[in-house]
Amino acid sequence: MSTLLEVDGVSVSFDGFRAINNLSIQIGEPELRAVIGPNGAGKTTFMDIITGKTKPDSGRVTWGDRNISLLGMSESEIAMEGIGRKFQKPTVFEDQTVRENLAMALRNPRGPFAVLFYKKTLEGAARIEEIAEEIGLSDSLTRKSGELSHGQKQWLEIGMLLAQDPRLLLVDEPAAGMTTAERELTTDLLKRAAKTRAVVVVEHDMEFVRRLDCKVTVLHEGSVLAEGSLDHVTADKTVIDVYLGRA
Amino acid sequence: MKNSFLIRNPSTLWFLLALSLFTIGVTILSEAGLGIMSTSFVKTLGKTLCLCLIAVAMDVVWGYCGILSLGHFAFFGIGGYAVGMWLMYARTEGIVLEGFAAQTIPPTAQEITDAIGNQIFGVVGSSEFPMIWAFSDSLFMQLMLVVLVPGLLALLFGWLAFRSRVTGVYLSILTQAMTLALALYLFQNDSGLRGNNGLSGLQNIPGYENTPQSTISLAFFYASALAVALGYVLFAWITSGKMGSVIKAIRDNESRVRFLGYHVESYKLFVFTITAVVAAIAGALYYPQAGIINPAEIAPIASIYLAVWVAIGGRGRLYGAVIGAAFVSLLSSWFTGGGAPAIPLGFYTIQWTDWWLVLLGLSFVAVTLYAPKGIGGLFDYLVRKPS
Amino acid sequence: MTRVFVLLAMLLGFSPAAQAQDLQNLLQSHAQEVADPGRQSVGIVLDDLAGSGIPQVATFLEQWQEKNVWQGPEGLFFIATEDGDTLTLTDIDSGEQSTAPAAGFTQLKPNGGVRRVIGTALVQFQLMDPDLTRRTTAVASIARRPEPDQLAPLLGSIAGEVDATLKARKIQLANFLSASFADEAADRIAAIDSLATDVSVEARAVLNQILTTSPDMAAELPTDANIARVLTPGADMSLDAAYALLVDAGLAAPVTSQEAIKSALSENITGGRVGDMPLVQLHTLENRARAYAQLADAGTVPPLVTTGDRDAALAGYVFFETYDEADSAITDAAQAALASVETRVAVGQAADLTLDALSLASIYFLAAIGLAITFGVMGVINMAHGEFIMMGAYTGYVVQLFIPNYTASIIIALPLAFAVTFAAGVAMERLVIRHLYHRPLETLLATFGISIALQQLAKNIFGTQARPLTSPAWLDGALVFNDVVQISYIRIAIFVLAVIFLFLILFVLKRTRLGLEVRAVTQNPGMAASMGINPDRINMLTFGLGSGIAGIAGVAIGLYAKVTSEMGADYIVQSFMTVVVGGVGNVWGTLAGASLIGFLQKGIEWLNPSNTLAAQTYMILFIILFIQFRPKGIVALKGRAAAD
Repeated sequence: MSTLLEVDGVSVSFDGFRAINNLSIQIGEPELRAVIGPNGAGKTTFMDIITGKTKPDSGRVTWGDRNISLLGMSESEIAMEGIGRKFQKPTVFEDQTVRENLAMALRNPRGPFAVLFYKKTLEGAARIEEIAEEIGLSDSLTRKSGELSHGQKQWLEIGMLLAQDPRLLLVDEPAAGMTTAERELTTDLLKRAAKTRAVVVVEHDMEFVRRLDCKVTVLHEGSVLAEGSLDHVTADKTVIDVYLGRA
Repeated sequence: MKNSFLIRNPSTLWFLLALSLFTIGVTILSEAGLGIMSTSFVKTLGKTLCLCLIAVAMDVVWGYCGILSLGHFAFFGIGGYAVGMWLMYARTEGIVLEGFAAQTIPPTAQEITDAIGNQIFGVVGSSEFPMIWAFSDSLFMQLMLVVLVPGLLALLFGWLAFRSRVTGVYLSILTQAMTLALALYLFQNDSGLRGNNGLSGLQNIPGYENTPQSTISLAFFYASALAVALGYVLFAWITSGKMGSVIKAIRDNESRVRFLGYHVESYKLFVFTITAVVAAIAGALYYPQAGIINPAEIAPIASIYLAVWVAIGGRGRLYGAVIGAAFVSLLSSWFTGGGAPAIPLGFYTIQWTDWWLVLLGLSFVAVTLYAPKGIGGLFDYLVRKPS
Repeated sequence: MTRVFVLLAMLLGFSPAAQAQDLQNLLQSHAQEVADPGRQSVGIVLDDLAGSGIPQVATFLEQWQEKNVWQGPEGLFFIATEDGDTLTLTDIDSGEQSTAPAAGFTQLKPNGGVRRVIGTALVQFQLMDPDLTRRTTAVASIARRPEPDQLAPLLGSIAGEVDATLKARKIQLANFLSASFADEAADRIAAIDSLATDVSVEARAVLNQILTTSPDMAAELPTDANIARVLTPGADMSLDAAYALLVDAGLAAPVTSQEAIKSALSENITGGRVGDMPLVQLHTLENRARAYAQLADAGTVPPLVTTGDRDAALAGYVFFETYDEADSAITDAAQAALASVETRVAVGQAADLTLDALSLASIYFLAAIGLAITFGVMGVINMAHGEFIMMGAYTGYVVQLFIPNYTASIIIALPLAFAVTFAAGVAMERLVIRHLYHRPLETLLATFGISIALQQLAKNIFGTQARPLTSPAWLDGALVFNDVVQISYIRIAIFVLAVIFLFLILFVLKRTRLGLEVRAVTQNPGMAASMGINPDRINMLTFGLGSGIAGIAGVAIGLYAKVTSEMGADYIVQSFMTVVVGGVGNVWGTLAGASLIGFLQKGIEWLNPSNTLAAQTYMILFIILFIQFRPKGIVALKGRAAAD
């Protein structure tokens, strides 16, 4: 397992509030990693920094085998480097069909003219079918994605991430609002995905994290509080203080 | 490829069919045929087609891509000015040369230029040709400018605005400011485009002085119809398929598209620029039929009306824009032209010339509130009746 | 001149013996000179009249100058007006009126030269008149048309002047006259130096008058002339203008113009040719010149003088400007004084510009702050905001129809305008905007629909012509610091109003329960709602507040601009700019935006004063560029609150 992403000493503050404080995390490839932490621990900001939405005040974010810096790259450039992101709220394009949503995410040239003169290919269609199968939406390809259930939208969004064929998947609270059955499917989906790539899951739900059965990083007040297996971190005194002390 | 595209988009075929029937109908009714329809009404229809074309462009940029541009009528006006410069130059040149023909000594090139300059710019107290008239003697160059000037302006403005992530109402206000700046600039006498006099006499086409206006109006009507057809097909092609998918996605959630790896700014710039160019072409066809162009035409209010047409017709569907532009602009000229009968209430008589704008304004509010899909939304009811 | 002094001395002396004499008798003793005065002979009469100390002299001189004095058959003089065949006579001593047939009377018609001498003599009387108004009028008439011989009487009248203001004015005016007309160069220079601190338009005119120049030429630069500067033809003056000097002096023949060549050619066409040049080839200047040269060689036309000849001729002379004032010491002093004045004027202009900009900024602030509140709190762009401004102005107009007292009507109009537009705003929020939250572009368009409807409605009700909104008399006029720096009271009032509103809004937002709730809704509507704040109510009140302020701004704007149905549209784009440039959701941001735009607009207008349209164009372009660098405005919200 080689290091894919290295976040080193990153800090960012909003109007004096330190959302991220000297944060350092390493993600390997392939790896499944869960990031947990109470509200305001900086989980979402951590994702914002990696995907280029927020520029940190200090620190380094290096990526890939050639150790390139992600800072200063635009969101779309970072996405093209192979980092996919799923938001907390399912954001699929509700006005368009499942197939169109997936087709947009397929790994193809992204320039306007390439897209304008884009022609559908058999491989593309096959890949869409394959992903639809994976996320359990084979029968819904021609449906408007706005008509899907909440869980299906979550899966579609994960499917769109898979279609991008990223090396790193950032997944923000995938299980929120899902039924127990849907959660199980989602866990399997993420575990399968993590076999060939790095997957970082931000989650609140301990039960879901336990089922993922992976290394866990606990964030608190913008920096890493503890790291290790779930059993290891839940036994940690400081973690208990932070979590249970609050609850 | 075109064939398959048309087959996949039956609404485009239906539109082209309706447009052809309309064109044939107008030809039959016009003075070239039965003579029922007056030349001025043919001109009105031709102008309306041009408005439909810019409405389609507006629909693509707003209804599909989510950029509420309040500046597309500025591009329309620039197109009109560019072609108007040639029309005015060439026609004035003809008149000036006729005048010189009576003199025994042939004029020098400089004398001809001075005389033309005097004729054109006399109203603003000048006789010098400004720099921007450098190509006005060449129809080809001016037609190039119809495309190039709005294209480059849209490219520059769009690049600046999209680059700094100005979106939503901010962008609308910024485009409105751009339009206002252009209109104010053109209002100046030293803008080189005759200040608030604008360009006039554009209905006289140089080289066709002896052709009756009835023929010219029909020719421009055909040209406008062809432009609408081509523009419609172009935009139908752009908005269908993957490109349409991406720009609609940008409209619905810009940052999500960015995280999919698309360079959103390039797409917006592409859409903004190509619709600006089409708007300019519509303007270049409109003003020879209108006969006159002045800076008031470009004022921000015109661009807002454009948005009103598209909203009333129905956003996000091209035929909706066409319906909206045709319906509202024809209705507007019927009401303001005194065509609508006054309504006596006993204590007060409603004169539609006075009350039309009140009606338009309020019905616009009503459409926004209660029928966000506009008139085009009615088609959904018709099509989906069985289910 | 001596005569004048004698006269003054006598006037000041006022001997009682002389007063006893009556005017008619005095005139009769000079009957011949009065009836038919010459420029020399009238002097004796005037001296005696002045010496007499008779109060009626001034009136008589005025009437004499106006040709209203008639001589009767017995040789008596009367002031008379002619009406057909009869005269209405006024006795020059008693003022008694009578009528008489015109026959037998002769009108005295002193010639222009004499009238001028009379007029000058009259000045002393007027300057010393016991009536302050007449003295003031006399001083004003001197200021209008200064003459050298007014200097002495003016100086003489200063000592006896009792009114302090008029005395200061007389001293100033005497200074101006001395600078231009004093006999001694030293006196003039002293006067000129004293003008160095006077920024009034008059003082500058006096200095400029002394520094007038005229262009001249000579073979060599003359040493005895007071030369202002040497001119290089082509740089300091046009070649044609320089050559025109030579032509006027008879030193050169004028350049043969293209028109002259053309008409000469067309007069000498023989058989389709001019000389040996066929007509069709005359479409270039070279060919025309060649054909003309042939005609000139044949002697039919004067020889061709080309621009080359002109330039060659110019080389032989120097061109320069000479001062009309011959004494270089005086012109130097005037130069120095003018330079110093201009520095002061520049400083004054900067101050004036600052005042102008402040006043413009306060208008923009008033117009935009309501918009900023609704935009900031609710994320709603109200395109009908301009129409609310208009509604406020029309409210003021209607109030004035019923309440003729302007002070009272303004005091009533301000709260009433607030109430009217507050109600309109609340109604609009309830009926339209409430249904369109989270659809900002649609709100923009719907409010635009309301805007066009309201505008047309106002047109239907009030007509298209501008309606007056008259300010109370105590707001008329301007606070004048000097000729350069001044500001009208209305603008000061608007500035004060803007400051009041700034603090009022800050107070409401920072110190009241409503403000707290408004800020809570601005920052996190969901959280605010869960804490028991009713966002519906807050939105409604906020919208009403923003609209109400627009109404008050309308009254303020209506006071100094005209009230029309389109006045709102004139301010809406600037208001948007103010909000966007300033930064949304912050009162200080709007203040900063209004200041930036106000100062910028005035600054650009100052750079290019002839063209306010260009100023607006450049300002908008600047703002478009500004947005590039600060997309969130000057005072930007940061962090999570700013996202989306």
